[in-house]
Amino acid sequence: MTSSRNQILGNIRRGLQRDLLTGDALDQVRTRLREHPANTVPARSQLPQDQQIALFESMANEAAAELIELKTLEALPGTVAEFCRENGIDQLVSASDPALTALDWSGIDNLEITHRVAQAGDSASLTTSFCGIAETGTLMLLSGPHSPTTLNFLPDTHLVLLKQSQIVGAYEEAWARLRQHSDAMPRTVNMITGPSRSADIEQKLQMGAHGPKRLIILLLRD
Amino acid sequence: MTASSTTPPTAKVGFFVTCLVDMFRPSVGFASIKLLELAGCEVEVPETQTCCGQPAYNSGDRNSTRAIAESVIDAFDGFEYVVGPSGSCIGMLHQYPDLFEPDNPYFERARSLAGRAYEITSFLTDVVGLGTLQARFEGLVTYHDSCAGLRELGVKTQPRQLLSQVDGVELAEMNEAETCCGFGGTFCIKYPDISNRMVSNKTANAQATGAAVLLGGDLGCLLNMAGKLKREGSTMEVRHVVELLANMTDQPAIGESAADLAYNAGGH
Amino acid sequence: MQIHSPEFKQRAGDALDNANLQRALGNLRDGFPQKRAAAVARMPEFEQLRNEGRDLKNHILANLDFYLEQFEDNVIKQGGQVHWARDGEEARRAILEICRNAGAKTVTKGKSMVSEEINLNDYLEANGVKPVETDLGEYILQLREDHPSHIIAPAIHLNLDDVSDIFHKKHNRPRSEDPAELMQEAREMLRKQFVAADVGITGANFCVAETGSTIIVTNEGNGDLTQTLPRVHVVITTIEKVVPTLEDMTLFLRLLARSATGQEFTVYNTLSSGPRRPEDQDGPEEFHVVLLDNGRSEMIGSEFQEMLRCIRCSACMNHCPVYGAIGGHAYGWVYPGPMGSVLTPKLIGVDKAGHLPNASTFCGKCESVCPVKIPLPKLMRHWREREFERHLSPKGFRFGLGTWAWFARRPGLYRWVSRSSSWFLKRLGGKQGRIRSLPLGKGWTAWRDMPAPQGSTFMDQWKRHQQTQQQKNKG
Repeated sequence: MTSSRNQILGNIRRGLQRDLLTGDALDQVRTRLREHPANTVPARSQLPQDQQIALFESMANEAAAELIELKTLEALPGTVAEFCRENGIDQLVSASDPALTALDWSGIDNLEITHRVAQAGDSASLTTSFCGIAETGTLMLLSGPHSPTTLNFLPDTHLVLLKQSQIVGAYEEAWARLRQHSDAMPRTVNMITGPSRSADIEQKLQMGAHGPKRLIILLLRD
Repeated sequence: MTASSTTPPTAKVGFFVTCLVDMFRPSVGFASIKLLELAGCEVEVPETQTCCGQPAYNSGDRNSTRAIAESVIDAFDGFEYVVGPSGSCIGMLHQYPDLFEPDNPYFERARSLAGRAYEITSFLTDVVGLGTLQARFEGLVTYHDSCAGLRELGVKTQPRQLLSQVDGVELAEMNEAETCCGFGGTFCIKYPDISNRMVSNKTANAQATGAAVLLGGDLGCLLNMAGKLKREGSTMEVRHVVELLANMTDQPAIGESAADLAYNAGGH
Repeated sequence: MQIHSPEFKQRAGDALDNANLQRALGNLRDGFPQKRAAAVARMPEFEQLRNEGRDLKNHILANLDFYLEQFEDNVIKQGGQVHWARDGEEARRAILEICRNAGAKTVTKGKSMVSEEINLNDYLEANGVKPVETDLGEYILQLREDHPSHIIAPAIHLNLDDVSDIFHKKHNRPRSEDPAELMQEAREMLRKQFVAADVGITGANFCVAETGSTIIVTNEGNGDLTQTLPRVHVVITTIEKVVPTLEDMTLFLRLLARSATGQEFTVYNTLSSGPRRPEDQDGPEEFHVVLLDNGRSEMIGSEFQEMLRCIRCSACMNHCPVYGAIGGHAYGWVYPGPMGSVLTPKLIGVDKAGHLPNASTFCGKCESVCPVKIPLPKLMRHWREREFERHLSPKGFRFGLGTWAWFARRPGLYRWVSRSSSWFLKRLGGKQGRIRSLPLGKGWTAWRDMPAPQGSTFMDQWKRHQQTQQQKNKG
């Protein structure tokens, strides 16, 4: 395969009428990678924090995500339990994120809660999120030891905790936070905007294709 | 018809007739010249002009295109402006610089020509003020935006602005006014059945407006749409927009029974 | 996918006569353009983003070797593997070997036009590996032994009835005509496949050099299940998909969703970087990227280089009146519409795909909606030039064109020809003013009348008019 690699790169260089990049040209592209400058960032997301939250909410709603407001983090177990009761859900697969496991779940008796990866047939999952992007009402989730990616896709209903303080305006701000968070990329970065859907049958939109049929954002005021 | 324009310094215009107007509808040429003269232009029709070369260009024959372009450039040397009643042919003139290497003397001349060449409605709107038109046409009309004029030259508001000055005219916009009618030069001969579907969509959209007259700015498209409407048995008339603007609608519409034109340039 | 591009005319004719297809195409013409227009209207910076997208792609292509090597380095650093493939054969072999090493019996697949380009499914099947398409549209097509007719809405040529029929036949369930039920049925059927698969194959919308990540953009979530559940994740993609940084990817994501479906953002935008980390609970243990060239590197430095800017949004075909009339299958291979009319002749040869760049009116709508401003009509014209140079255009047509061009350079003779034609057609038109059948113009008069000329030519009338004016002035 090495020869294929060299041939392809050789073809490209021949087409560009040059050899390996050197000098200023090389510095220029290295700088681009190192400094990763932003391109035009739409003005819509450049807002004060409170308006960013409002924008996030309206864009997420538009994408058919459902928002439930949490006044305190401590209210989460009760709110989740109530949602599940109302929707006939009696099993919940939860991420083992300390932010969730540290909460007091002892009073919840209508839910069987497990901490594991998701399996086919799971009805609901609960996860945290890395941030929310107001521009399009998008959630960003990172894979990690306490946040398996399957939780975001296999269950029919996906409940996600998002704190208002985690909401940023534009995608670029999310990348900045990600770079701050860790030197290396996680295996998976999910940007999720509403529940799964398809328009493959006669171009008519149907919700709930292969991923979750419902996306519930538990938005914590903090 | 008269125009109440304040006379600007006389612009010397070379009129580019275009093949289809020359052969099929000379009245469009006369209407255009009438409008140009009303706008205070001094109009000449260079005798050595032929075609813009688009059939060769779009067929991949660059050498013929270049040769034809050279004769067009020669024919229109020395005119302050070159104006024609077609966005497509004028759009072609704008392509000429691409045909020549920068060291070819024709390259600079091609650039100069492209900078001087205008489609008639955009010339009358964007370059010379036409003043107030005194034209009258009773009826509901709809307007097809021909592709090259629209997307290569930005002709969209100009014909509508001019039409709004014609007494009695009411414009009903059709759905997909900016969608191609399926003419496409040699396309309609090479792929006639696809072209037919496209022009059928177009005539359906045009007729759905209830307009009595379908207008446009390019004779190729107009011949195509008129031919389809006639075949469908429609009574919708098809005309080039300058016919209304110049108050010269006494001629039968495109594809209707013809009579020789007696040109009378407003009594001068 | 088998090549049928030489039969373009026949296939286009069949498509025009196919009432079901025509009904399905109506859904396309009524849907995508309006949705795109609405999304663009909400983004005041859209035109600026298009310009930046064009310029950034040009920058990437001018430094493509560098960014590809950076991407490769970063994939490897994270424990992934990169396989360079000059052509389809090398890509297929690389993927089969990965499947064999994994002991794979079935592979799930996310939607990938590149896998269509290299005929991957047939090859895997012939070698004992069963590919399962998981995108709803692709799944329907696989059941029907059909192929995509559109790059983002693969089953757009089908109607609800077709889906009801094939699901009823293949799923052994009562026939449903409810799209929601049909989708639920597919969801249930594919759940088992997702879990059972040993290898998951996806495409990539972009490859990020800075991080060694690939990204897929889907609305269904099938791509995510495809790449998360099996033990091995294979990405099949092409060399021009690389972008420098996450910020640069972001620019294209903003352009892509709006241009494609008119969404503000696609539901799932997922970055994959290497295999699962040791501490992760799920995710693939192996991560492979197959980087396919298949003729693209030869486009660099050629008059077709600009085509490599394409981000596969489908806006060009969604707005193309020719595509809208005949659908994607008429084009006879993987990539239909304007982008296909430029790319296909390069990938399968202009001798086979010669019709494609000719079957365009050059209306320019495609270029006007392209998120990276590819001058598609100009590139189609370049193919016509190649065909003309290589004498691939029909002889009669060349002769006619040559004769006409000869006259067009001789004004006196041209006048004479115009005058004679005008006279002749005027006589043919008679009192009606139009011609119903023209011996040498059947292409025209089979479908429409030919309006007759008004009379003598403009040039003749103008000459007379000038003479009259001069006499008047003298008198």
